[in-house]
Amino acid sequence: MTVIPPTDLLDSQVGDSRKESKLSRADKRAIAVKGRLSSPWASALAIVIALLWTIPTLGLLVTSFRPRSDIRRSGWWTAWQDPNFSFDNYTEVLFGSSTKLSTYFINSLVITLPAVVIPISLALLAAYAFAWIDFKGRNILFVAVFALQVVPIQVTMIPLLTQYNRSGVSGTFWVIWLSHSIFALPLAIYLLHNFMKQIPRELVEAARVDGAGHVKIFFRVLLPLLTPAIASFAIFQFLWVWNDLLVALVFGAPDTAPLTVRVAELAGTRGSQWHLLSAGAFVAMVVPLIVFLALQRYFVRGLLAGSVKG
Amino acid sequence: MRSVRTRGLVVATTGAALALTLVGCSSDGDDNSSDGDSPAASADCADYTQYGDLKGKSISVYTSIVEPEAKQQTDSYKPFEECTGATIKYEGSREFEAQLPVRLKAGNPPDIAYVPQPGFLKSMVADYPNVVVPAPQETVDNAKKYYSEEWVNYGSVDGKLYATPLGANVKSFVWYSPQAFEDNGYTVPKTWDDLTTLTAKIAADHPDAKPWCAGIESGDATGWPATDWLEDVVLRTAGPDVYDQWVNHEIPFNDPQILTALQAVGSILKNPADVNGGLGEVASIATTPWNEAGNPILDGACFLHRAANFYQANWDEDVKVQEAPTDNGVYAFYLPGKSESDKPLLGGGEFVTGFSDRPEVAAFRTFLASPQWANEKAKVTGQGWFSANSGFDSSLLKSPIDQLSFKLLTDPSYTFRFDGSDQMPGAVGADAFWKQMTAWIGEDQADQTTLDNIEKAWPAS
Repeated sequence: MTVIPPTDLLDSQVGDSRKESKLSRADKRAIAVKGRLSSPWASALAIVIALLWTIPTLGLLVTSFRPRSDIRRSGWWTAWQDPNFSFDNYTEVLFGSSTKLSTYFINSLVITLPAVVIPISLALLAAYAFAWIDFKGRNILFVAVFALQVVPIQVTMIPLLTQYNRSGVSGTFWVIWLSHSIFALPLAIYLLHNFMKQIPRELVEAARVDGAGHVKIFFRVLLPLLTPAIASFAIFQFLWVWNDLLVALVFGAPDTAPLTVRVAELAGTRGSQWHLLSAGAFVAMVVPLIVFLALQRYFVRGLLAGSVKG
Repeated sequence: MRSVRTRGLVVATTGAALALTLVGCSSDGDDNSSDGDSPAASADCADYTQYGDLKGKSISVYTSIVEPEAKQQTDSYKPFEECTGATIKYEGSREFEAQLPVRLKAGNPPDIAYVPQPGFLKSMVADYPNVVVPAPQETVDNAKKYYSEEWVNYGSVDGKLYATPLGANVKSFVWYSPQAFEDNGYTVPKTWDDLTTLTAKIAADHPDAKPWCAGIESGDATGWPATDWLEDVVLRTAGPDVYDQWVNHEIPFNDPQILTALQAVGSILKNPADVNGGLGEVASIATTPWNEAGNPILDGACFLHRAANFYQANWDEDVKVQEAPTDNGVYAFYLPGKSESDKPLLGGGEFVTGFSDRPEVAAFRTFLASPQWANEKAKVTGQGWFSANSGFDSSLLKSPIDQLSFKLLTDPSYTFRFDGSDQMPGAVGADAFWKQMTAWIGEDQADQTTLDNIEKAWPAS
């Protein structure tokens, strides 16, 4: 996710208010781009691309309702010739395990919600300090946090697990929340810091002149402006944690296994149950899909958050 | 053997749809792997008094066996749990081989792990000598009483018994359609020469079909079925003694006798007249999933498919596994040796390894090495499992192939050898051997180059 520098657009705002009759260069460009994007050809292309990208998903959906012998014998696109659909695969995925699927579902939720809330809360505080509190060594510390992003999580697995074992907390949800928070924080701090930095200095200074302290500035001035940024990072983190298999496998125990662990094992010891995978994929996909559709307007706004108005 | 392992999620990443919250109709069970009966809940606890009162104790078990086979495992522990009061915490994962070393290194090993490769056991004992706990005396007694010496040896490192056998499988099988054999007047071959003659005859009789079908694709373990092929043929062309030397690297991997064996494998697997029935050219073997490669037998596009007894789970639900000819029926015959009296048998199994010396863990290990457990397990198993335990009652097995496997395994006229790639060091047995065999088939790499490359990969020490 890139951060769009605000200067250009802010300038144009100022320009607008002064001479409304004349269009600024940025506006002209925006209109030109709009015209180009809304041409019928571009729309047609967009629709074609969207269709192409949806075809594999459609195939997966059709496949998930077909019996194993049909999947093996013919492609999903021939399914309409001799329709033989059933919910058997879903029944097996949902109820075929000795552990109820609902348990995995709840585990996934129990893991994901704190693993999204914790890093965002901490990162907001840290980002505020990095952006608006002037303290000694701030830049070095910020670079250090930024640099942490290059540490691949794989190298941290065994040392972290050793520490957890020593302190006797391994196998609980705590370690999974903690690990996800650790892995998310560098990026979260960096992103939120950049969003915060784009809020005009005048706004913060005006609040300070009016007698607001850090707490008040944070909650009354910055937080409302940051909502789209927070929402977009929350979506990222949610999708990452929900789809995570590595952390759940390494730090988790049978009691804390999320949906992904169950899906990874669906195929059976020797892979003979592969026909269940498409149904399993769809079961695992529902919640992220709902989250994404529900929050997508924030997602788009968050990506454009650079154009925050003063 | 090295079962299929898929690292990471192959699936779950695609993009859109709704249709969920399906509370579906009836499931007619997943293919052949039915759960079988529940164990007799009121099992006679008299046999379990020897394990003592383990009320409130719990034992963690970590394995590569996942659902639906995991259910059969946990069901088989129920009498033990009910009679002793202990709780078995079972955890199966397809990432077992990658995760177990992580847990050992980080210091939270499970109490017990089922290790499918003696080579892996050996390297664990070498790397974590204080973590792997040798079998307690009662377990050793059980193992020596009920298992043949070679099986005890597979679980031993430097003469000390670390792991007792759990399940077993037999790989020297050729799946075929009894109906197709009857229709064409073919008989089950008794010697390797018979098999070659039969292959040529099928090729001549059926220009539209091929005698053999094969597939070695298996995710990141692609190639392992080809290693089984070579091992089986080494046992036949060079004999069990050379096989042992080869596996233990007392002769180089690219020994001339091994080259002869690889050429013999190539005379079938790389002969365009013999493969790949219903699936394509020779190179298609490399890209055909191992668990689908036998299916052309049912369509008459191929007649022979070499695979283990556990291949049974991969047939469609409506396929009948029986020796008597029937429509849509399959069965397997023993892959013959050089002569009728020469009967090498390739197989594999899992081994119960302990990482804790707590008394309840010791008791459970002893239980797992007893015929008591093996019989409980047979009662709840549909197919694809049997035990090498001599106190095992094979009549409890439901699948005819498993019964046949047990019969061959316990028949003294057959010479059993454990899967070689599972005994070799990981760099060879789970890496170079697989990859080079895949290149040998998929890219038509020369026989000598293939063996040379694997020899080069053998760790120096």
